[in-house]
Amino acid sequence: MTYEERLQHVSVLGAAGKMGSGILLLTAVEMADLSLKPGNKGKTFVLNAIDISDEALAGVMRYLRDQILKIAEKKVAGLRTVYAERRDLVDNDEIISQYIFDVMNVVRPTTRMESAYDSKMIFEAIKEDSALKIKIFSQINRNNSNQPWFFTNTSSIPITVLDEGAGLNGRIIGFHFYNPPAVQKLVEVIRSKNTLDEVHEFAMAYAKNLRKIVVPAHDIAGFIGNGHFMRDILYAVTEVHKLIKDMSVAEAIYAMNKISQEYLVRPMGIFQLIDYVGVDVCSFIMFVMNPFTKDEEIHSPLLDKLMGLGIKGGQFSDGSQKDGIMKYEKGKIVAVYDPVEEAYIPISRIQARVEEKLGKMPAPPAWKAIVGNKAKDEVLKTYFAEVKTAPGLGAGLTREYAKKSKDIGKHLVACGVAFSDADVNTVLLTGFFHAYGPINEYLD
Amino acid sequence: MKKLRRKVYFVAGYNTISMGSGRKEFHPKKERPGLEDYIREAGQGTLKMIGGAQNVDECVIGNFMASRFNRQANLAAFFPYIDEGLRYKPAIRVEGACGTGGLALMSGIKSILAETAEVVLAIGFEVQNTVKAIYCADFLAPAGWAHDRKDGHAYFFPGQFSERAGAYFEKFGREITRKGFARWYRNAIENARLCETAQEYHNTIKDLEAAAMAEPNPKVFLENLTALDCSKVSDGASAIAIMSEEGLKRCGIPVSDAVEVVGYGQVEEDITKPPPDKTALTTMKKAVSNALEFAGITIDQVSTAEIHDCFTIAGIMAVEALGLAEHGKGPEYVIAGNTARDGKFPINTTGGLIGWGHPTGGTGVHMAVTLWEQLKGKAGAAQVNIPNDRPFGLMANMGGDDKTLVAIVFKR
Repeated sequence: MTYEERLQHVSVLGAAGKMGSGILLLTAVEMADLSLKPGNKGKTFVLNAIDISDEALAGVMRYLRDQILKIAEKKVAGLRTVYAERRDLVDNDEIISQYIFDVMNVVRPTTRMESAYDSKMIFEAIKEDSALKIKIFSQINRNNSNQPWFFTNTSSIPITVLDEGAGLNGRIIGFHFYNPPAVQKLVEVIRSKNTLDEVHEFAMAYAKNLRKIVVPAHDIAGFIGNGHFMRDILYAVTEVHKLIKDMSVAEAIYAMNKISQEYLVRPMGIFQLIDYVGVDVCSFIMFVMNPFTKDEEIHSPLLDKLMGLGIKGGQFSDGSQKDGIMKYEKGKIVAVYDPVEEAYIPISRIQARVEEKLGKMPAPPAWKAIVGNKAKDEVLKTYFAEVKTAPGLGAGLTREYAKKSKDIGKHLVACGVAFSDADVNTVLLTGFFHAYGPINEYLD
Repeated sequence: MKKLRRKVYFVAGYNTISMGSGRKEFHPKKERPGLEDYIREAGQGTLKMIGGAQNVDECVIGNFMASRFNRQANLAAFFPYIDEGLRYKPAIRVEGACGTGGLALMSGIKSILAETAEVVLAIGFEVQNTVKAIYCADFLAPAGWAHDRKDGHAYFFPGQFSERAGAYFEKFGREITRKGFARWYRNAIENARLCETAQEYHNTIKDLEAAAMAEPNPKVFLENLTALDCSKVSDGASAIAIMSEEGLKRCGIPVSDAVEVVGYGQVEEDITKPPPDKTALTTMKKAVSNALEFAGITIDQVSTAEIHDCFTIAGIMAVEALGLAEHGKGPEYVIAGNTARDGKFPINTTGGLIGWGHPTGGTGVHMAVTLWEQLKGKAGAAQVNIPNDRPFGLMANMGGDDKTLVAIVFKR
């Protein structure tokens, strides 16, 4: 089966979710572009958008339309060539409208999972629950005579577990997009023990056509992205526990968030990132990873406690941040939750005290100012050289955090999750928008 | 040399801000003034200088494509909105793509010459930021031959001038021509920084020529031009009064405040045909030579010009069409600084289309306003030296790809 034939009948499971809708969009565009090639005239391309809620599917169709409009506006020069034979389409406006129709026309929103029984490939972006995934994969596999391929977006479950659990005989691969899939360039590709070569080849071709940066990871729970992120969280939490000898919990959380954002020159502090992903999602990923990590406890009682207190984070459907470990106003942190007091403590009440404790710090460059800057390496070298010798608690915490982040990266290579230091750095640079990779020599 | 059957004067010019990307107060997602606000501001600006609406006999408004940008036609009926005193007075709307403003001026000149009016209020405007640039390209494309649109570039007009730039590169050298573009851009921005209404008034780029030398990227935009080679999308209006001697008297304006029209060239070329030479603005050359001949002067007697630099390549070719440089020598002439504000022949002294802005239907009127200001010493910070032995100013306003041309010579 050729690349195009494989993509003639596809289903996305969980198509109305945050990840699923992005995968749906990218796949719909890729399939429509194939359908518009002169050689494919008359061939049908079908993409089932499968989810459990009709209401959410209606929302996803609106999202698709808005996004395809933006995509079409960007590539209208190329589309004019694609539609060169359509003499009735003259203005950019007409060409863009036709393209939106042609992409939307590939998509079939439905709540019936049976639609996937006719597909040749299945993208899965449902809940991070291995039993549920295995159940659905088995069911589709049993009822589908096409020997379909399964592309799972899991960020933490070993692919071999799903492969063997559902009896797929290697017709599965981990194809882990980053959030949001339409924007983030990174995809982690993970082969199960048995993943067929042709599935892998297809995955690489598909990623290339989507202009994604592929980082391969070994099939070890959490892969590279969450492998680093979850351990980074656990480290920050450990530090919070140390700091509360001399601070309130809210103050310690605020301090570690500040260290991990401003002083480590990252786009978000660690606790803000937990809120962004969702306290519940992070906690669940740890739960999924923990059984697979020997000699290591991937589990945070603090996160469990926060969950128990109803602190969840995550985002509203318009992409704005819900309150979590921190409280947000227009995207800005205004208060920090204190699980002891069971209340949000306004930043204004803790800021001065925390800053006094952290002591004077070398002024860090702003992440925003350097992330796209070609000369950022020099700027970072100079900054970390100052951090290296600076006195005070804040500088110490910064050094230790950076060192730990590097150790985690090294550990991921040593234990075989990542193929190389460079792969770890690529994941953090492209998937987490860090300005520099964790494996560096700034503090050596 | 021809003689006008009676004297025609231009006076009381007014420009709104040329609004669009580049202006600090511009935000594409925020609500902005509508076309009626621009028309009214410009119209009232001129009326105030000529003693009010009761002094006006006729009105003319130039606009290219409000029917699509603003879903509005029947534009002459906006005159009474400017001032109730204009109610029931004769008014017309004219259109000639980006040469619209020039046609509005010609219409006013002809009313004075026909003695149907002593005072004509002429306005030109365009409000284009209602849509994204990619749709703006659709709305501006009818300036060319509709049959060419289907196979043209997504950015149709920029595409056509990119082709002209390519032809020019091939014939006269890419490197030197691009250096000419860069110097053209620098002059435009340096001049715009001296004019508060200019779209590039807030431009802070330090090394303008270096910025303009960045390589074009056909994947993103065009083969031979970058965004800095192009005039921007603008909202703006300009107004000016066109009068006979009688009209000046009526308004109590001394002749010394006005500039006199001493010649014009109004020329049309076949829109269905490609340009005879992609490396030259043949029609502009004809219009300018007609205007100079009409005035009985040579280009050496002209001290400054406002020319239609919708693209840097158009600016370079216009320098040649005016007869300032030989065919193929435009870039050298510009690189040598001749067209800069302190050069031998300052061009586009408030920034031109690239620096001041290009509200398409308003541009021709804006050119006349700038020349009136320069020749009368009213250009403020943007004032250039107008030597006594060269008391003439020239404008060349172009519609489409060298199709509709209006050139006018003014005398101080």
